[in-house]
Amino acid sequence: MGGNSNVKLIDDNGIRMDGRKADELRQIKIEAGVLKRADGSAYVEFGKNKVLAAVYGPRECHPRHMQDPSKAIVQCKYNMISFSVEDRKRPGPDRRSVEISKIISEALEYVVFTENFPRTSIDVYIEVLQANAGTRCAGLTAASVALADAGIPMKDLVPSVAVGKVNDQVVLDLQKEEDNFGQADLPMAMIPRTGEVLLLQMDGHLTRAEFDLAVELGTGAMHKIYALQRDALARRYAVEGGSEESEDEPQTAQRTEG
Amino acid sequence: MNRENEHPSREIVIPGDLLDSGKLKAGSGTYVQDGKVYAALLGIKSVKSNFVNVIPLGGRYIPSPGDTVIGKVIDIGPSNWLIDINSPYPAPLHVNEVPWRVDFGDTARFMNVGDTLLAKILMVDETMRVQVTMKEQGLRKLQGGQVMEISYSKVPRVIGKGGSMVQLIKGMTNTRIFVGQNGRIWFDGEIESILFAIRAIKMIEENAQMLHLTERVKEYLESVTKQEGASSG
Amino acid sequence: MSRSVMSEIKRDHIHKLLATGKRVDGRAWDEFRPISIQINFAENAEGSARVKLGNTDVLVGVKMTVGQPFADTPDKGVLTTNAELIPLASPTFESGPPDEDSVELARVCDRGIRESQMIDLEKLCIEPGKEVWILFTDIYVLDYDGNLFDAAFLGAVAALSSTIVPAKAAGKGEDYPLPIRHLPISVTAAQIENSILVDPTLDEEKVAAARLTVTTDENGDLRAMQKGLTGALTWDQIRKMIETSQRLGKDLRDMLG
Repeated sequence: MGGNSNVKLIDDNGIRMDGRKADELRQIKIEAGVLKRADGSAYVEFGKNKVLAAVYGPRECHPRHMQDPSKAIVQCKYNMISFSVEDRKRPGPDRRSVEISKIISEALEYVVFTENFPRTSIDVYIEVLQANAGTRCAGLTAASVALADAGIPMKDLVPSVAVGKVNDQVVLDLQKEEDNFGQADLPMAMIPRTGEVLLLQMDGHLTRAEFDLAVELGTGAMHKIYALQRDALARRYAVEGGSEESEDEPQTAQRTEG
Repeated sequence: MNRENEHPSREIVIPGDLLDSGKLKAGSGTYVQDGKVYAALLGIKSVKSNFVNVIPLGGRYIPSPGDTVIGKVIDIGPSNWLIDINSPYPAPLHVNEVPWRVDFGDTARFMNVGDTLLAKILMVDETMRVQVTMKEQGLRKLQGGQVMEISYSKVPRVIGKGGSMVQLIKGMTNTRIFVGQNGRIWFDGEIESILFAIRAIKMIEENAQMLHLTERVKEYLESVTKQEGASSG
Repeated sequence: MSRSVMSEIKRDHIHKLLATGKRVDGRAWDEFRPISIQINFAENAEGSARVKLGNTDVLVGVKMTVGQPFADTPDKGVLTTNAELIPLASPTFESGPPDEDSVELARVCDRGIRESQMIDLEKLCIEPGKEVWILFTDIYVLDYDGNLFDAAFLGAVAALSSTIVPAKAAGKGEDYPLPIRHLPISVTAAQIENSILVDPTLDEEKVAAARLTVTTDENGDLRAMQKGLTGALTWDQIRKMIETSQRLGKDLRDMLG
C-alpha cells in the first residue's frame, strides 16, 4: 500500500484508471475442467489476472506424519510463476506465497466434507500465470471451482474478491496501480447463501464506515462471482436438452463379466 | 411420484444448491442444514423413493464391501501384496486371501508388481482401511488384453440399464469386457476389436449426457466393424 | 507411487500393437499429436507462448533485464533457461527445487537455443564489459502426457521469436524485436522393442527403452542432441531418428510462421 494520494487513481467523475466506476468488477472469465491429468481444475481471469487451479485427491497423504485418522487434510499451495509479474520473480515459494497458501487452505478446509476421507490429503495447486492485483482472490475462486470439478463433496462454492480505498474512496476489485498506490486493501471470501466469511485480511487505513461500505460492495460482487462459478461448472457438463430415459438410470454400478 | 422415478430430472446441481425444503429425505451426495437438503456434489439431481440424491459427475472411487474391482499390484511383501484399486486407499491383499498356497517370501512367484487382478472388497473400516480378497469364484489374475480407466462416475452409463450398453459393445466387437466397480475396465479379444471397444467406451465417457448415445455408439461400431444394424437396444 | 507403476497388460498391449505397426492412439510412427501454439499468452513477459502437444501443455515466458556480462564474453548478452515441473501438471510431480528431470529439460532446451545461435547475443550488448541484456527463459509444465522436450522447446522458440526487448522501460532506447537468426526445432523419438516412435505419449515413454531428442536448424544441420532413459540405441536407429527430425522439423518450423 503506497497510500500516495498524489497519484490520481479516480477522477472527479468517479471514473478509475481503467474506466470503471467505484462499484464495478473487472471482466471475469471462469472455465472448469481445463487440465487432463488433474482430478479437477479451473482457469480464472479477473481483469488481467490469469490463474490456474488444480486439485489432486483425495489421495494418500504425504508426508505421512501429517495424516489425520479422522479426516482428510486440505493442503493448498499458491505460487506465482516467474513471468507473472513485471520484474521476474525467482521460482520457488517466498514468505508471501506461504502465507497466502495457508489462508486459502483454511478457507477451503471449512467447506470440504473432510470427514468422508480419513487419512487422505486433498491437494490444491494455484498457479498465477499473470498477476494484476487480487491474485489470492482469483486463486481461491478458481480453487473452489476445481474442488467441485474434482467431485469432492463440499458445502458450497467460495467466491472471493478484494475491496480497497483509493483517493479516499472505497472501490471494488483493485487492479495493480490501485493496489500499489491505494490506501487500503481488503481481500475477502464468503459463502453467499449463509453469509459465512471464510477469508478476511486487511492492510491500510479504513474507518468503520468505510469498512461497512466495503463489505456491502464486496458482498454484492461475491454474489455475482458465485453465479459465474456455478455457470462454469454447469457449462462443463452441458446437457443436450435432456437425455435418454432410463439408459443412464443412476443405480449402484452393476458389473457384467465377458 | 412414480413419474419422478421414471424420469429423473437431468438437472445439474452444484454444491450448495437447495434440493428440497420439506418432503424429501436426504440421500447420497447431499447434506442437511436447518432442515433443508442441499447438494454436496457437482452432479445430477435424482429423486427415488422419497429420497433426493445427487449422482456425481466426477470424483474418486470409494471402496465399499462387496464391490468387484480390477486392481493393480503396486508393492509386494513376504506375505502380502499391496493393490491399487484406483481409489485414495490402496488395499493390502494377504496370502490367506488368495486361491493359491503361498509360502512365506514366495509371493512374487504368484503375482508381481504391475500385475492386474480381479478382486473383491472384503471390508472397509471407519478410517477407510480396506481389505480385498481373491478367494471367490471368478476372481483371478488377469492376463493379456488391455485395461483402461474411466471416470468412476461414468461406470453406470458404460454398463447401461441391465447391462445393455456394455452387451452392445461386447456383441458388436466380439470381445470380453469386464467393468470393475472402481472404474477400471479389462478387455480381451482380437487386438483390432479391443481398439474399437475402447473407442466406443471413450465415446460414452466423453458424451455421457448426450441424447441418443446408444444410437451413436451403435453407428460407430457398425461403421468400424462393417456390420448391418441388428436388433434395437 | 501407485501412479507410476505401469500395468503389465498395458505394456504388453503397446508391444502387441507395435508388432502390427500401430500405436495406441492410432498415429503413424512418425506422426506428431495435434499441436497448438498461442503466443503472447502472458502479458507481463517480454515474450511468451503456450504450446499444447496432444494432452501435454507447456507455458514458456521470456523476461529480460539489464545486467553484467560474463567475464569471458564481455560483449554478449546472457541466456539462462529454467524449467519447472509443477505439481499441478501431474500426480508424479512434487513441489520443491528442480529435480534432475527439470534440470535436464532446461539444459537441453538451453543447448538447442544456444548452439543454434538462434539469438544474436552480440546485438544484446549495451556497453561491453559493463551492461548487457540478460534473457530468462522460464518453462512451466501445466499438463503432462509425455514429450516435454518438444513441447517445451517449441514453446521456447515461439516465445523468443515473439519477444520484444524492453529497452524503453530500461532507458536504453526504443523497444525492438529480439534479434533472431535461426529457428531450431527439436524432434523427440522413443525406441520401444526396436520400433521408433516420434512424439511419445506418457505411456509410450514409460515402456520405452531409450529416447533421443534431435535439434536441427533450417538447413537440417544438427545443433543439439540428447539420449535419455536407461536402454541402448543402435547407430542405425540414431540415424533414422536424425533423418526423421530433419524431415519433421520443416513442418514444425512452418507452424512458427
